[in-house]
Amino acid sequence: MIDTRAVYVLWLREVKRYSRSPSRIVSTIAMPILLLIFLGLGFRQANFGGILPKSISYISFLVPGIIGMSLLSTSVFAGISVLWDREFGFLKEITVAPINNLSIVIGRAIGGSTTSMIQSIIVLIVAMVIGFSSENLIGFVTILIPMFLISIIFISLGLILAANMTDIQGFGMIMNLVVFPLFLLSGALFPIKALPSYIYVFSYLDPLTYGVDAMRGILCNLSAFPVVFDIFISSIFVIILLSAAVYFFNKSESK
Amino acid sequence: MCIISIKNLTKQFDNLVAVDHISFKVKKGEIFGLLGPNGAGKTTTVNMLCTLLTPTSGYAKVDEHDVYKNKVEIRKSIGLVFQEPALDSYLTARENLEFHAMIYGMEKKERNKRIDEMLNLVELKDKADELIGNFSGGMKRRLEIARGLIHKPKILFLDEPTLGLDVQTRRHIWGYINKLNKKEKITIILTTHYLEEADRLCDRIAIIDHGRIIVTDSPHKLKEKLGGDIISLKINNNFSRFANELGRLKWIREVKASKGNMNLFLTVKEGNRAIPKIVYLAQKLKIKINEIDLHKPSLEDVFVHFTGSSIRERENNGKLKLENLRKKMVPAK
Repeated sequence: MIDTRAVYVLWLREVKRYSRSPSRIVSTIAMPILLLIFLGLGFRQANFGGILPKSISYISFLVPGIIGMSLLSTSVFAGISVLWDREFGFLKEITVAPINNLSIVIGRAIGGSTTSMIQSIIVLIVAMVIGFSSENLIGFVTILIPMFLISIIFISLGLILAANMTDIQGFGMIMNLVVFPLFLLSGALFPIKALPSYIYVFSYLDPLTYGVDAMRGILCNLSAFPVVFDIFISSIFVIILLSAAVYFFNKSESK
Repeated sequence: MCIISIKNLTKQFDNLVAVDHISFKVKKGEIFGLLGPNGAGKTTTVNMLCTLLTPTSGYAKVDEHDVYKNKVEIRKSIGLVFQEPALDSYLTARENLEFHAMIYGMEKKERNKRIDEMLNLVELKDKADELIGNFSGGMKRRLEIARGLIHKPKILFLDEPTLGLDVQTRRHIWGYINKLNKKEKITIILTTHYLEEADRLCDRIAIIDHGRIIVTDSPHKLKEKLGGDIISLKINNNFSRFANELGRLKWIREVKASKGNMNLFLTVKEGNRAIPKIVYLAQKLKIKINEIDLHKPSLEDVFVHFTGSSIRERENNGKLKLENLRKKMVPAK
């Protein structure tokens, strides 16, 4: 079913394209780093009135959230970049090839997740430079699991959106109406329980909530749910969204 | 030996019937052209044959495979060059070809050999490791043709292969198309709205207009259907006598006379052989010919004959003005 060679070649293309556009690398890393510096340092001495445990500094709390944001935006972007392929004609080259859409979706997802994870690791390194530290050294390896799951989830979401869009005009709207609400609801900036209950119920529907929670559990030993539970829920999101992406790809093709 | 056969193939988009019950057959090894104005349904037809679009109704077989059922099989046996460029500009020429070869499942050794071969064919070997972003329109087109051939397809589809290219580049591309048709023994289906292109390249042409196929035949036979070449004469004296003498000759199909300006128009089968005979007759009758002109029917005449208007009249956007200019620049054959 899955054509590994097709997956590999799509992955290779994504990585090559990424490595050849330094402006894309810089611009997507700049935003999370700016947020990290200004929010992290700006609120360094703020008293959060009991919503954060005393044992944890705000910057430690913030780092997993910002990594989540970085993964979210770069992954949705990677998924939606199918629209650029369509705009520049390359999508046809992929569509007419004798490979199934499952392989195409998986190839794109793994390719996008590679670049997305590289960027998030850079953000994590910058965070350590400006004062973030974790007692959990193994955490730097295990954190790759939630990172991977988050990126696959949001690339799939990007692919689903792209399959249902006719042109690139709606791109800005997606970023504002999809990415930001997902980011704000996820508890990246503050614990979701600090929100009124009629808002934070929506946080439970946001896949990023579980991803950020898992990363925070691994790096800071602070999580709302057990990390294993977060990983489990994220994996379910992966399966649902990947399948939906394949479904919409098939649908958009069989006109 | 038909590699493609379609019957009553139809594609309807909402209210628009883009392709309306068309039928034709393509023989193995020939260059088959779909000639028609923009919007005639050429690309839609190609997309159905390439399994990018599902037909509304009708029957189509490509290399023995049904377009409804065996999409993957068809995709393996065809190569496709799209109307719009479809290259990744962040990749080099070689990487674009590699991507294609890998996605079609070719092994590394075979792949590298074939890529070199194809780069040689389109004379892009020395540009192989440059990014596509820096390529000219003609180079991109050549590379796309090379890419379409990498996986050794039996049929190559070229959708408007020289659209938007300058005259010299266009001639180059024609050269490559002819070369690979002979060298690779591949069947080629091309769509075009350039009459000269169809005339130069195609073994057979289907003229398509408003989604219907008007006529299918070789360019030579299509022109013959118009009745033959036209010889126009301007003579000095004895106009009526000469006209009568010519009218008696059996090998002249038709004589039209315009006495006012002493012009005669003769329809004959082989104009170039007829001229000496006419000159000889005129000398015998002591008639002085001032001017003589031979007009061989062009594909343009064929198009007008079968559709009732010229291909340029059918296309009504500003882009065509430019193309008209270009056509004028093409030196007469």
